[in-house]
Amino acid sequence: MSSTSSSSSSSRTEASSSPSIFSSTILRPALADAFRKLDPRVMVKNPVMFVVEVGAIVVTILFAFGLARGQVRSPKLDLQILVWLWFTVLFANFAEAVAEGRGKAQAATLRKMRTTTSARRLREGETSDAEGEMVAATDLRRGERVKVLAGEIVPADGEIIQGIATVDESAITGESAPVVREAGGDRSAVTGGTRVLSDWLVIEIRQDPGGGFIDRMIALVEGSQRQKTPNEIALTILLAALTIVFLVAVATLVPFARFFGGELGIASLVALLVCLIPTTIGGLLSAIGIAGMDRLVQKNVIATSGRAVEAAGDIDVLMLDKTGTITYGSRQAAELVPAPGVTLDELAEVARLASLADETPEGKSIVALAEKLGAKAPSPEGAIFVPFTAQTRMSGVDVGERVLRKGAGDAVKRHVAAFGGVIDRALELEIERIAKEGGTPLVVADGKRALGVVYLKDTVKPGMRERLDRLRAMSIRTVMITGDNPLTAKKIAEEAGVDDFLAEATPETKLAYIEKMQEGGRLVAMTGDGTNDAPALAKADVGVAMNTGTQAAKEAGNMVDLDSDPTKLIEIVEIGKQLLMTRGALTTFSVANDVAKYFSILPAMLTGLVAFQAVSGAPSSSLYWALNVMRLGTPGSAILSAVIFNALVIVALIPLALRGVSYRPLGAAALLRRNLFLYGAGGVVLPFAAIKAIDLLVNALHLA
Amino acid sequence: MSPRYLALVVVFFLVVALVAWPLGRLLDRVMAGENHMSRRLFGPVERVVYRFAGVDPAKEQDWKQYLSAILLFSFVTQLVTYAMLRFQDRLPLNPAKLAGVAPWLAYDTAVSFTTNTNWQSYGGETTMSTFSQLGALASHNFFSAGVGICVAIALIRGLARKETTNLGNFWVDLVRVHLYVLVPLCVVYALFLVSQGVVQNFLPATSWTTLDGGTQTIVQGPVASQEAIKMLGTNGGGFYNANSAHPFENPTPLSNFVQMVSIFAIPGALCVTLGERVKSRAHGISVFLAMTVLSVLAMLVVGHFEQRGTPILASQGLDLSFSSVAPGGNMEGKELRFGIADSSLFVVVTTDASCGAVNSMHDSLTPLGGLVAILNMQLGEIVFGGVGTGMYGMIVYVAIAVFLSGLMIGRTPELLGKKLDSRDVRFASLYVLVPSVLILGFTALALTTDVGRAGIMNVAATDAAAPWKPHPHGLSEVLYAYSSAVGNNGSAFAGLTAYSTDHPVFYSLTLGLAMFLGRFVPITAAMALAGNLAKKKISPPGPGSFPAHGPLFVGLLVAVILVVGALTFFPVLCFGPIVEHAMLAAAR
Repeated sequence: MSSTSSSSSSSRTEASSSPSIFSSTILRPALADAFRKLDPRVMVKNPVMFVVEVGAIVVTILFAFGLARGQVRSPKLDLQILVWLWFTVLFANFAEAVAEGRGKAQAATLRKMRTTTSARRLREGETSDAEGEMVAATDLRRGERVKVLAGEIVPADGEIIQGIATVDESAITGESAPVVREAGGDRSAVTGGTRVLSDWLVIEIRQDPGGGFIDRMIALVEGSQRQKTPNEIALTILLAALTIVFLVAVATLVPFARFFGGELGIASLVALLVCLIPTTIGGLLSAIGIAGMDRLVQKNVIATSGRAVEAAGDIDVLMLDKTGTITYGSRQAAELVPAPGVTLDELAEVARLASLADETPEGKSIVALAEKLGAKAPSPEGAIFVPFTAQTRMSGVDVGERVLRKGAGDAVKRHVAAFGGVIDRALELEIERIAKEGGTPLVVADGKRALGVVYLKDTVKPGMRERLDRLRAMSIRTVMITGDNPLTAKKIAEEAGVDDFLAEATPETKLAYIEKMQEGGRLVAMTGDGTNDAPALAKADVGVAMNTGTQAAKEAGNMVDLDSDPTKLIEIVEIGKQLLMTRGALTTFSVANDVAKYFSILPAMLTGLVAFQAVSGAPSSSLYWALNVMRLGTPGSAILSAVIFNALVIVALIPLALRGVSYRPLGAAALLRRNLFLYGAGGVVLPFAAIKAIDLLVNALHLA
Repeated sequence: MSPRYLALVVVFFLVVALVAWPLGRLLDRVMAGENHMSRRLFGPVERVVYRFAGVDPAKEQDWKQYLSAILLFSFVTQLVTYAMLRFQDRLPLNPAKLAGVAPWLAYDTAVSFTTNTNWQSYGGETTMSTFSQLGALASHNFFSAGVGICVAIALIRGLARKETTNLGNFWVDLVRVHLYVLVPLCVVYALFLVSQGVVQNFLPATSWTTLDGGTQTIVQGPVASQEAIKMLGTNGGGFYNANSAHPFENPTPLSNFVQMVSIFAIPGALCVTLGERVKSRAHGISVFLAMTVLSVLAMLVVGHFEQRGTPILASQGLDLSFSSVAPGGNMEGKELRFGIADSSLFVVVTTDASCGAVNSMHDSLTPLGGLVAILNMQLGEIVFGGVGTGMYGMIVYVAIAVFLSGLMIGRTPELLGKKLDSRDVRFASLYVLVPSVLILGFTALALTTDVGRAGIMNVAATDAAAPWKPHPHGLSEVLYAYSSAVGNNGSAFAGLTAYSTDHPVFYSLTLGLAMFLGRFVPITAAMALAGNLAKKKISPPGPGSFPAHGPLFVGLLVAVILVVGALTFFPVLCFGPIVEHAMLAAAR
């Protein structure tokens, strides 16, 4: 597993190509789209709004016929209701179109890049020296090899099989600094659409045309192949059931009115129906989904499906690689502990000399620490660098007769023993202490003398604890995966504040751990980049592959993080949760609104029935005022005001639907209480005030 | 409301809770086959039944097999009942020499008792022979109650079990619930009723000359035994036409109190069973409390309006205030020995619990008192509800409430650790949707057809010249009938004549359909839900999952039930009780 790049890169080049939601470049085409989406074949996918459209069509036709025959009782009122019914449908379409707008702009940029690429295809048996034949990128098939020279664009997703080059991936990631890509190892994947800046590469194509990363990205940002997510389907069913119930409740009012010898106007019936069915959530449902995916793209994460985003909101367990995610991954010298009878100065001098030629981060950190302690002797003439090997597990220098070494405890022990020396008991205790504390002890020896030990420490990234605390507040358990031994792992786990750790992890133990968690009913997310992570990425409910990772890892996971930032999962989880919360909040709001709508419309409808006046002997107006608890001006204005409110509330909530309701990492009960108060209680109270206000305006303007 | 009424409500729920706790734990053990003491006693009987019926008690069923067994059992016993009623004149125990029951009435009655509705379009003592009362009707009082409990238990198992298709064995569940719970309880209960003066014999009817010289025929029979299961099984079908208002069925205030408690006993106990089985007592108690809250709300409304009376009563010079010597309020249709308090409480209990026994005339309730009775049934009989039916209906509402709350906290909704998917929502929606459509549809049909309107008693008298005189109360009568039928309640605004020799078909047919579909469509949905839930894993509860207990959960559940129920039926209630109430107010 390679150490991955940038530690925290949330300060990304977001929105480099994406305009703000409410700029005119998005709003104007969205207006046109709102009308285009009136096509019933499109509308039928959304049962709630389809019912509204059918209602509007029926009222329009009957109104036209009635007008032609002069049978409309109150043409002015009916016409206004009619117009507002159409507005209701258009507003919902507009919301969806706005949500799609930004994605479309991005997709256009991406598509331009895809169509203009050509490639040098290598024929069977041709080596990297060959020029290759020029073909269009769209003609490339999986398994073919292409050669890409400096300045050329990588024609399709693939794996480097030969060469090393710097690649500009800004088209995909928005990151302007070029990255190194090379054959073999974990950095061998290249993405179509990126540009080779120096040197050359031979790439084996891994995607057929249309299946590449850019194509997936285009499909995603456009929302063209948007599949409904499981929770969205479940919610749609519930909304459809509510719609049917209200359809029956309103339709049966006709026979009930006839029982009393009255007729209800079709305009007011449809008005009541449209007000009752959950149009607010029905109209904004798809916009919420599209906007959620769009937010993910803004965070530079590409998900293969909306299902994965939703699953991210449910994550119980998050598995994080220690190296590169929680810690810097390189061990730094933190302390020098001299053996008895050895001065700190002597130890520092020797440790520095033994490390001067060592280019590893560990070696450099030893030099830095030693120099801080005052060691500064110049490198002696004729020093021979002895590099680290797996056999000796030591490195150092030979200066004439002096053999200076640093290395693992047991290796150095054998080394000094060969010279006839022994390691002091006190020093051995130090070595044990350091190991127990999770550090790496490097013993420094000068010939047969063990001088002391360097305490190498893996350093936890700053701010890691805060991020992990935030995850805990979301009730997500964090698990650190590391190849370290359990002692070291425990120490780092405590320091970073993770809940659990998996030490001495292998691909098999990772997979087994995920399976064990899932067995217990938990949803697991993990990040990874190496080919050996692929099985675990595929098994995890949410597998986020780093963009720097191998093609195998990217294919196994269901998301790719273009920033290759493992802590990005926190943001992904938040977006997933926000998506569900926005839907839940608006559903609750929508249903709660019905209470006020009933109180405004039903008294108006009942008042029209002559039978009641006959039975009660009371005048029509007294019955109306007995029922009209909202004190709305006239029966006509009451109905009109409710319909206007119902249409306008969709527009008013578009920003909320696109932004998502604000998420706070609180416990479930606190979160629910807050949202129930805001959207449940608020949803009951607000329309009373709003409808009353609209009614005052309607009456002031003499609209009804 | 009188202070006595409030005290009665409090004592009533305390006693219900005291009864429900041990009974619920007993039910849990019995249905799991862990009632070792009583099995030692009746185990041999159980085994003989299985051997005789060819049931392998160790073999469990999936939801389809379980459902098929329920439907098979119900349809066959329904047919047998129909035949017994039609040919009761040729069967024994017919001391009054009653004729065979007419075809449509027999059909309606057979459906009614099979579905635990006990809608009675007839006067019990003047239509049914003792054999019919015992063999055809009382048997169904047991069976239909048993079936309801079985469905509830299967759904609870669906919640409690994980990654299985097994929901238990219907035949085993049915035998156990009868052998260890229903029959023993009824024996004790019937003996208590006899001690209060309820009759229990096989004597023929006797004729007496009354003080004013008329003759009165007094019918007796095995009343106490039928009364026990009528209440415990939330059946509600009385031996006598006057039901629990009849002194032979419900003689004393004590018997009245115990009858009310016994209606809520098993539905309340099933909350405890739920908590035990899913290993969350807090959940069971929370469901019980949600039911209690809804019930108390209804009791307060009915109590208030019945005690307040109406402006029309006041205009007749009646003193409507409660005092130590007079009940005050609206006493029309109420028994003097029960008064306003015991009658109002009974109204709510019997309509909450899908029982349908009555100790007063519901047709005579004030408009808003009647509204509560109708709305109680329209909510789907889930406030305690029928034995079993209330529990599985409530679980469906819990699923809906949890679905909404789950979305609002940004997680895939979980019901007791089971993630709810679109199939669950589909079954829950079906459960809620179908009864609403049936009630509204049939009511609309009856109100727009001459034959439907012919049965309505309450018409306006203001305009004598008009051939048809509609009155909101007439609409309420029809609405009550279909709400009662679909909810399998069985009580009636008795003003509606649902069966007459002139019009034998319309109401028999439509009410029969309403009862049948109102029973078996929800059962199918509940079993499908049980099957779908049982397949799932159980996620352990964490701080991020919404707990299915506590005040917030209770409040949410109550709100969801009220909003879903009220939104559906508010318009039609406006055309009936609400306008009637407004008219009363306007008339003043």
